[in-house]
Amino acid sequence: MGSLLRSEEMTLCQLFLQSEAAYTCVSELGELGLVQFRDLNPDFNAFQRKFVNEIRRCEEMERKLRFLEKEIKKDGIPMLDTGDNPDAPAPREMIDLEATFEKLENEMKEVNANSEALKKNYLELTELKHILRKTQTFFEEAEFHNRQAMHDPYLGEETVGLLGEEAQQRGRGLRLGFVAGVILREKLPAFERMLWRACRGNVFLRQAEIDKPMEDPVSGDQVLKSVFIIFFQGDQLKSRVRKICEGFRATLYPCPETPSERREMSLGVMTRIEDLNTVLGQTGDHRHRVLVAAAKNIKVWFIKVRKIKAIYHTLNMFNLDVTQKCLIAECWCPCADLDRIQQALQRGTERSGSSVPSILNRMSTKQEPPTYNRNNKLTKGFQNLVDAYGVASYREINPAPFTIITFPFLFAVMFGDMGHGLIMFLFALWMVVREKQLQAKKIDNEIWTTFFGGRYIILLMGAFSMYTGFIYNDIFSKSLNLFGCQWHASNNEYTQAVLDHGKLFQLNPNGSYYGSPYPLGLDPIWSVAVNKIAFTNSLKMKTSIILGVSQMFFGVSLSLLNHRYFKNPLNIFCEFIPQVIFLFCMFGYLCILVFHKWVNYTSAEAGTAPSLLIGAINMFLFHYPVPKDGQVGVSDGQKGFQGFLVVVAVLCVPWMLFAKPFLLRYQQRYGQKRRKFDVLLGDINGESEVAFASPHTRYTETDIQFKHQHLSVNSGDLINHSDPEAEVTHHNDVGGSHHVEEEEEKVFDFPEVMINQSIHTIEYCLGCISHTASYLRLWALSLAHAQLSEVLWTMVMRIGLGFSGFVAPFAIVIIFAGWACMTVVILVLMEGLSAFLHALRLHWVEFQSKFYKGEGYMFQPFSFEDILDHGGEEK
Amino acid sequence: MVSPFCGPKLSAYCSILSVWGVVMLGFLGLFFQLRSPTLIEDIPLEEWAANNHTFEYAKEKYQQTAMNCWIAAGIYVVLFFISFIQQRMHSRASYEV
Repeated sequence: MGSLLRSEEMTLCQLFLQSEAAYTCVSELGELGLVQFRDLNPDFNAFQRKFVNEIRRCEEMERKLRFLEKEIKKDGIPMLDTGDNPDAPAPREMIDLEATFEKLENEMKEVNANSEALKKNYLELTELKHILRKTQTFFEEAEFHNRQAMHDPYLGEETVGLLGEEAQQRGRGLRLGFVAGVILREKLPAFERMLWRACRGNVFLRQAEIDKPMEDPVSGDQVLKSVFIIFFQGDQLKSRVRKICEGFRATLYPCPETPSERREMSLGVMTRIEDLNTVLGQTGDHRHRVLVAAAKNIKVWFIKVRKIKAIYHTLNMFNLDVTQKCLIAECWCPCADLDRIQQALQRGTERSGSSVPSILNRMSTKQEPPTYNRNNKLTKGFQNLVDAYGVASYREINPAPFTIITFPFLFAVMFGDMGHGLIMFLFALWMVVREKQLQAKKIDNEIWTTFFGGRYIILLMGAFSMYTGFIYNDIFSKSLNLFGCQWHASNNEYTQAVLDHGKLFQLNPNGSYYGSPYPLGLDPIWSVAVNKIAFTNSLKMKTSIILGVSQMFFGVSLSLLNHRYFKNPLNIFCEFIPQVIFLFCMFGYLCILVFHKWVNYTSAEAGTAPSLLIGAINMFLFHYPVPKDGQVGVSDGQKGFQGFLVVVAVLCVPWMLFAKPFLLRYQQRYGQKRRKFDVLLGDINGESEVAFASPHTRYTETDIQFKHQHLSVNSGDLINHSDPEAEVTHHNDVGGSHHVEEEEEKVFDFPEVMINQSIHTIEYCLGCISHTASYLRLWALSLAHAQLSEVLWTMVMRIGLGFSGFVAPFAIVIIFAGWACMTVVILVLMEGLSAFLHALRLHWVEFQSKFYKGEGYMFQPFSFEDILDHGGEEK
Repeated sequence: MVSPFCGPKLSAYCSILSVWGVVMLGFLGLFFQLRSPTLIEDIPLEEWAANNHTFEYAKEKYQQTAMNCWIAAGIYVVLFFISFIQQRMHSRASYEV
């Protein structure tokens, strides 16, 4: 394991892979996941590359698998996830897979088409059945009406009286035509109106609703339909009605006119429906069988296809050598793992049966390598917090190991409560203990994944909160008296007469205080004092300033390690030293005053202690007013010392601002004398070179040799293959812009350096002041948290405890439940989130700004694990 | 088999709440019994003035609140058993499936 303090040493390597062994080698490297390939053909678009065809085939297979997956999900069949991870199959296996998927897809499509046709048929038959049934009632009604009319003597008489026998016979002789059909229910009113208007009221429409919704075979939706029957007279009207029906997409069905025919037809329809039902059931069974068989393998298939696709995608980034016998790849890999990579390559070559071994060569480069931190599950969460701000520059000090302790600690300073800390701790502990089971569940909830990913952070935050809660002596806003309170009310002072008079009594420290402090944490007496806040404020404010200033000092001293590592003595003398002096003169001295005030004044002299804030302001104003009576004034020696500190601090500003740019300019002008200054100044222009090339110095010889080789083989341009001249120019292009990437000697630009330096200086000086003030948020949030939990106790829990009599226990039960919920939601979740964000800010801005550049880029190795986790999406 | 009458989430919630309730109310009762001075504001002392601020009255109220807390803790013990049984039934049901 490498250390977490700096990122891994990386090296650029060149790989020579035999064309037949390339596939297996890349597959082995993908399983290993320690190599980041560089794209050697950035000028080619996706279609000009060598393995376009294979990738397209993979995509086709993926599409088929997705189709199958969709069908499986539609039928609600569980997909077997055994969690095993098959190796990438050999290229020839791809054909088998393709054939299998092709067969499955065709089968599925056929089954779907069949079942669709059958369903359509079934729908038509059902509709016809409904039509027959409903029209039957229409006709019966008509019949009944007719008969009634004939038997009604009154009605008969009237008609006879008016028109005579003849007219009635003519009327009876009229043949009424009719059409019957089915229409969507929501279209019915419009349909009716249209019919009425187009036929001028000369048609008669009867309709009845079909109770059961029917399935639309195309979309699969459930739709409500109505049966209608239209009576009309004459052919003209008939054609008009038919057209309207067509327009409204109503389906018309032939309906026999006589009742006996209708009965026969409906019998026929019923038997056909039954037949269809059995056939439908069989198709359904068949579909189910096919899908169940597919569901067993689909996950494995997905993994295989994605692996093949990833391999070809990677192979596309490689260069082809002139002879086409060999593929050339360039990759970043950690120096420490070169052996494992070699082994993987060997395995790959053996697996492919090739006799020529694959070659791995280190190259020298001036490009900045990617940043790679090896993390375990505990440090990963903290590394993510740091990376969210910016990925560390290569080999820069990584703040993550310090964050593991400081982050939960600063959080806990703001969240100090034993009870709330315990809840948080237990929750995280549960997640940590049941880690494996919870991971296996693969819960895809964003909030849950956030909590689960940060389980170790939460665990530490909870543990540290319990500690600070112990120091603050707060458990659900109550105090514990573990070691015995160090205050007492003496009997001779607080007599019965005094006690009878008031509710509040002042305890004078001279007399009521035993003289030795409460061993650890806050004395529990303060929990019943009315001036508790005034006391804790002063304590917490001072603590937060001390914590803040020490963290800033720590940050600045980490920058010393960076300067030393990158061999940059100029930065030490012109930046680090004045920075430390500046910070010490202003805030280090303040911290000393705080400790002095804490230690030096006994309870008897407490009233005479000087005010720190006024003192600090006066120090900068060089203004020392005559102390009021009883106050301790500032001694002459201290005045002088303070004045000296202020002057030094002010002098540090031009030191930071001018020293480095002018020294650089001097060095630039008298460059020939550089050797002399090297001792002091270091190799300024070559600073990056020193850093990046240092691990490779041993390889210089091979590197030189290698560069030539590299250029000569770097001609894998398939398109320009026939034209040697074009090839040469092209390869020079590619080589020049992407591979060797000669860094030009940096031109020294004095104004630019000066501007940079002044920005840096101003940022630091103002930053020191504003950041110190910013650390006061530790006090503010801690106060808010303590007050909120106290308010919750008084407003909710106290009500429950205040009941008396029979109902009291039940009231306590109910109110406790409410109080517990509010505690978790408001105090633990909401306050926890806000304290988390503030702790994050303190680390990102106040701490990391002192030393952290964060200008690197992440090492993204080619790894099947990552690719499969992200569902095969392209990077 | 009797079917569980509250869902798996509700029973898990209830059992966690009742464990917390038992522990916390148990301790709270103990501290009331010990007449912890920091809890004096939490006991019903509205009529203390009418009782001449006697020590006995405050003592009695402390005692009474402690008892209330313990009874409440007892209720939570019952609730815990109920929800625990529910949870067992759920896990068994899901195991059988």
